[in-house]
Formats: sequence, structure tokens, C-alpha cells
Amino acid sequence: MRLPIVFGCFAAAVTLTAQADYAGVGRDATPAEVAAWDIDVRPDFLGLPPGSGSVEDGEELWIEKCSSCHGDFGDANHVFPPLIGNTTTEDIETGHVASLKKGGAVRTTIAKVSTVSTLWDFINRAMPWNAPKSLSTDQVYAILAYLLNLAEIVPNDYVLSNENIAEVQQRMPNRNGMTRDHGMWTIDGKPDTHNTACMKNCKKEATILSSLPDYARGANGDLSKQNREYGPVRGVPTPEPGAAAPAAAATDDKTPGPPTAILAANGCTGCHGMDQKVVGPAFSHVAEKYHGQADIVSRLSGRIRNGGSGSWGSIPMPPQPQLTDAEIQTIVEWLAAGAKH
Amino acid sequence: MTSKKIRPGRLLKAPESFLDPQFIAEVKQHGFDETRRAFLRKSFLAASAALTAAPLGEALAAPAQGDPDILNLPPWTTTLGKPVASRPYGSPAKYEMNLVRRESPGLASVSQASVAFTPLQGMFGIITASGLHYERHHQGWEEIDPSRHRLMINGLVKRPRVYTMDDLMRLPSVSRIHFLECGANSAMEWGNVAVPTVQYTHGMLSGSEFTGVLLSTLLEDAGFDRKRGQYLLAEGADGSSMTRTLPMERVLDDCLVAYGMNGEMLRPENGYPLRLVAPGIQGVSWVKWLRRLEVGDKPWNAKDETSQYADLMPDGMQRQYATIQEAKSVITSPSGGQKLIDKGFYNVTGLAWTGRGKVKRVDVSFDGGINWHAARLEQPVLPKALTRFNIDWVWNGAPAILQSRVIDDTGFVQPTYTQLREVRGTRSVYHNNAIQSWKVAESGEVSNVQV
Repeated sequence: MRLPIVFGCFAAAVTLTAQADYAGVGRDATPAEVAAWDIDVRPDFLGLPPGSGSVEDGEELWIEKCSSCHGDFGDANHVFPPLIGNTTTEDIETGHVASLKKGGAVRTTIAKVSTVSTLWDFINRAMPWNAPKSLSTDQVYAILAYLLNLAEIVPNDYVLSNENIAEVQQRMPNRNGMTRDHGMWTIDGKPDTHNTACMKNCKKEATILSSLPDYARGANGDLSKQNREYGPVRGVPTPEPGAAAPAAAATDDKTPGPPTAILAANGCTGCHGMDQKVVGPAFSHVAEKYHGQADIVSRLSGRIRNGGSGSWGSIPMPPQPQLTDAEIQTIVEWLAAGAKH
Repeated sequence: MTSKKIRPGRLLKAPESFLDPQFIAEVKQHGFDETRRAFLRKSFLAASAALTAAPLGEALAAPAQGDPDILNLPPWTTTLGKPVASRPYGSPAKYEMNLVRRESPGLASVSQASVAFTPLQGMFGIITASGLHYERHHQGWEEIDPSRHRLMINGLVKRPRVYTMDDLMRLPSVSRIHFLECGANSAMEWGNVAVPTVQYTHGMLSGSEFTGVLLSTLLEDAGFDRKRGQYLLAEGADGSSMTRTLPMERVLDDCLVAYGMNGEMLRPENGYPLRLVAPGIQGVSWVKWLRRLEVGDKPWNAKDETSQYADLMPDGMQRQYATIQEAKSVITSPSGGQKLIDKGFYNVTGLAWTGRGKVKRVDVSFDGGINWHAARLEQPVLPKALTRFNIDWVWNGAPAILQSRVIDDTGFVQPTYTQLREVRGTRSVYHNNAIQSWKVAESGEVSNVQV
């Protein structure tokens, strides 16, 4: 009996020393610091700042800041999956989106998300794509009001605010569509599959239910270039199919040359695709437009350095002060030569 | 179907490896008599013909005197090598450039919100080289100035706190080896086979040693509310300022705020200079570029807890907060998109892991799951870490289907696709931990199949 007590005291003393306090390490946060960073909004609207915004104002902001990626009606899928669609007035009544049961339908954000706070929080913290946290509080309310109107959750003349957002929650189409009845939140949760460790003659035969279609063999590039050229195995040569080649070829078979490396390192590819319009025009489209023009180098150099808008729509391209003159010259010469990649 | 258990260490040496194990067994039984000598002569002729035809066999076709790579000394044996520190950081040999992170075409339109997969098909052991650790970003990666990075703790705490990197690196540290798997690993395979290789089926998986401060140390320093503080929000400093809710029970058990990975600082793509390490929990919760922790009494329903990372069930309900990564395993070599160079002996190797504890056993089947054999587990076997398994196999040239099946220390057995789909359908996107099958054709080519 005695020994454990003695040992216990010793352990307590050690713990005390270890936890004494971390003198000189860290400091208390000021209220202003906490306010600057604590921007999250919970489903019970803890953290939601007061403010308001109308559907009408939201539409204007949407076209200016959001539509290039998400489409005028939140339905585009050329950059991100669609935000709006596949919910019904009946879903707004039941609070569970019927198209999620059926399958086949595109799962839009508004069909999946259960809480309106989530949309407010994410627009506020992460949007727009190339300028996160640049929206004012009222702009966030307005953009969200426009989205909710597109989904027919609020009427055309609605003004969304911290006062009425809880009522909107009661009309979210998938507010009852979430379950936490599963064993994957706690470490000792109950699994939902129950395989057994059979060792011999566990079934009569092994039937292949699915195999890789021939057209997909080369979809991920030449596999002979994705394995070692010695050792117990080799990669199977898989020529890429002509149609699906560009993306795979760009990433798989070439070490990016200097221009493409500069574009990737400076975030240019976040808005410009090689051959595809994203937020801004594709590099190949820029090359095509200015092909053969005498002043291409000076014009494009200025555009990259100072930013601008108008040539390709109203979304402004931000200035790029971080690029060196040599880098800009490399990019422009590459564009002038046809933006080959 | 082609499984043949043999003793470890038995190796069929080149160029004799065209010999059927059956033949070898017969010689052992009957001796090397005239019938079998005649057979062997024919086999040599056939093998030489095959070697001439197949470029793979060239190295094996040694001239009478021996291998030219032995007989003629190569340049690296007859010249002066390069000085120390000619590459101060170091990089892989130029012959290793095929094994790199790769995107899968068509997954995402913008590479800032995409995935680059780890080349599991050529990797060894349980640690992923830092440069090959998979990448998944939601709004691109940044290279944060560590002298300007801060970690804030607020919410249900006595004292909201701020720590610099100087502060965090002065605190008591721990180093732990854990796996990190994206909740969407194997997502493309829920309904049917979709991608050719293990890099794309399972490559949102890495294993690393992480160094940092236990979260419990920091929460105690802030005086958190043990009673009401049942949840922790973690938030990133990147553009999307990613947020995720964690259960306080898990946080206090073994979560870290990590700055080190595999002996050096985290790589920028993996959250430099600070990330959350949440052992056994899906990768999206391991918030990178970690700037803030908030203690709360309710979960947050962040974007990646409602519109993403919620598992759609056949009844149209979405499982929210499916957080723990259940037991899973995969054979990494031989695997899809590879070709066996010859008949004969192979060390079949792969990885197993479980978010609930330790790997207890891994079984391998060579006949599509009819019969199973216990694999050897490489040491160490650590909790919530990758575990490497190996098993001997002599391929006799007949078609085979290779599978692995992990059993963890809770007794859970990795499910088949049929079992998983019976419960969860095919539209879940997340948490596909089904048994993977690789078909070996007579040509030696290995392809992705589901049985």
C-alpha cells in the first residue's frame, strides 16, 4: 500500500514542475486581435455581424464578382460544380431535397448544404476566388440574398439581414438532410460493414464486376513514364487518347519550361487556363487575339504589370508587381510565339 | 488460382526464371534425369527466342563470358566523383524522375482547387518522402513568412492567447509517425473502376513523422473550459481560411500543432510553417497554415462539413461529421498499370492503416478472394500510422487477381465492394475503404478491376 502512495506523490511533483508555466512563451490576445480573426459564423448565428443586403444589390455584385466562375444564375459548372438547381418548392417544405434520394441529378451546393450560416460564413471568408475577404458585410448579405432568391427560397424584393436570417434557415431545402447516426465521429464508434476474416474457400469464384475501359487506359498519361525503368515491374506504355490529351500532356510528359513555371508560381493559372477560359481568358486565346500585332510586347507587358479590364470582359485582372521585367518578357514572348505548351 | 506458398528467401535467379516452379519441384522429386534434361534444353531455346524478341530481357541475355556491366567497368567506377555539397539540399537521382506527384485529368478545372497524388506504386516503407506528400488545396498554396505567422486560441478559454513561431518552438515537443489520408481517397472508384493506377486510386495518402506541440498543452495554457468546450474549430491562414470542427475527445488524446515533418520544417504545400495533425482523422481536418483554434460548445457546420465531406447514403441522407478513417489496405506493387517483367518470384508489397488504432494483420489473396494468406508486417507497427506488409509469390504465368485485406486491433475487417455498397450505395464520394483488386493477365500486365 505504501509504495504506490510515495510513487504517486513523486509523479505529482514532476507533473507540477512540467506544467509550472511556460514563462515568457505566448501572450494574451487583445480584443481587437480576436475580432480581426474570429470571423466564423455558427448555425446558431453566433459570430454573425449585423448588416443587410437586398436581392437586387446582390444581383449586381454577382454579375461583377461571381458570375465568371459560377454563371449568371449560379448554375455554371465550367470551373466549379453548380451552386443552384435541383431543389423544389416541395423540398423547401420538407427540408429534405428529393433529388438526393433519386440519384443521377447534379448535386448542387444548395441541394446539399443544410445551414444558411455555412453559406454566409464561406462567402465572407473565402470569396471571391481571387480576392478572398474583400467583400463588406452588407455585400455578403446581398450576394447571399441573390443566391437564395435564385433557389426560390426568398422573394425578389427580399432584404436579408441578421434580423431575419433565422427565418430563412427554416426554408433551407436540405435543412433536415443530415444525419450523425453513424460510427465515424468517435474512435470507438460502431462500424457499418461486417466482413469476416475467412481464409479458405471463402467463395466459389471471383467474378470481375468492373474493369478499366480501354478508352481510359491512357487518360492519366503514359504509365510507362510513371514507374521506374528497372525493378520487378515496368509501367505499361499507354499512349494518351487524342481528345483527352492536353491536360495529361501538360502535367505528365514535360517538365514545364520557364514561361509555364512562371505562370504557375505566380498564381496566373488560378484565373487563366492554357486552352480554357476560367476567370480570365485562356493563354491560347490571348495569343490568338494579339497574333502578328506589332506592339504585342509593349501592350501585353503593360497589361500584366498594371492589370486592367475591358478587353476580355469586366472582371479586372489585378496588377502583378511581384514579377520581374525578365519574367514578364518571358511570358509575353511566349504569348507572342503562340502560347505553346 | 495461382497462389503458391513458398518459403521466404527462395529466389529464382535470372536467366533461369522462365522455369516453371512445377518443373523445379519435379526435378527435386525425380532428380535431373534425361526426360527433364531434354525439357530444359527446349526451354532454353524458347527462352533465348523470347529474350531476343522482348527488349525487357536484353539485360538477361548475357554473352558467353559474362555480363558486360560486370566485365567492362562503368564510368562511375573509373572516374572521380563529385564533391560534397555540390547539391546543398540534395535531390533524387536523375533516374527517379518518373515518380512524382501528378494530377488526375478531369478532376478539377483549376489547379488551385485540385489534388496531386502520391506515387505509391514505387515507394517503400511507411514514410512518404516530403517532396512526394500528396497535395490537396482549396484555394491554392502560399509560402508564409514564418516570422509573421501567428497562432491564436480563443472561444471558451480563460485567456485568449497568441503564439509566434518563436513561442511554439520553445514549448515541449513530441514527434509522432502517423498516416494522413484524404476523406475522398478512392472517391472515383465508388461506382466502378475509373482510374488505372494506385497513384490515382489511393494516392491521397501519405505517412510522415510530425514534430510539434500537443494541442492539450496549448489548450491548458489558455485555460480552456473542459466542461462546455466539447468542440474545437481549426482555421487556416490561406485565402479560403479553411475551417473544420474536431471532437475535443480526439483533440486531447493525440492531436498536435506541428511545424516539423520528417526531420525538417513542413513543406509549403503541406502547411508551412504550422499545421494541425489529427491522427486517424480524415485529411481535410488537418488544417494547413493553421492560424486559429476556437473552443466551442457546438459544431460549426463549415463548408467542408455540409456541402462537401458529407457522405451521401442511398436514402438521400448525408452522413455529417464522418471523421474517422476506417481500416484500409492496398497492394502497391505489383499494381495497376504495371507489368511483371517475367514469371517467377515476387515480393508482393503494400500498405495498411486504420484510424482506430493499430493494424493487427493483413491477408493477401492471389485468386480474387477465394483463399487468403497472412502477410508479413514490417516493423514498426504504430498506432494510426501506415504499416508495410509483404508476402512471397511465385507467378507461374497464369491470370491472377491480387487483393489485400486488413484487420485492425478492434477486430474490424476491411470490407469488400459488395459489402460497402450494400450499406452505403455508390454515391458517398467519401470514405471508400473497400478491398482493392489488381488483375494480372497472362502477359504480366496488371490492371484495376473490382470483384
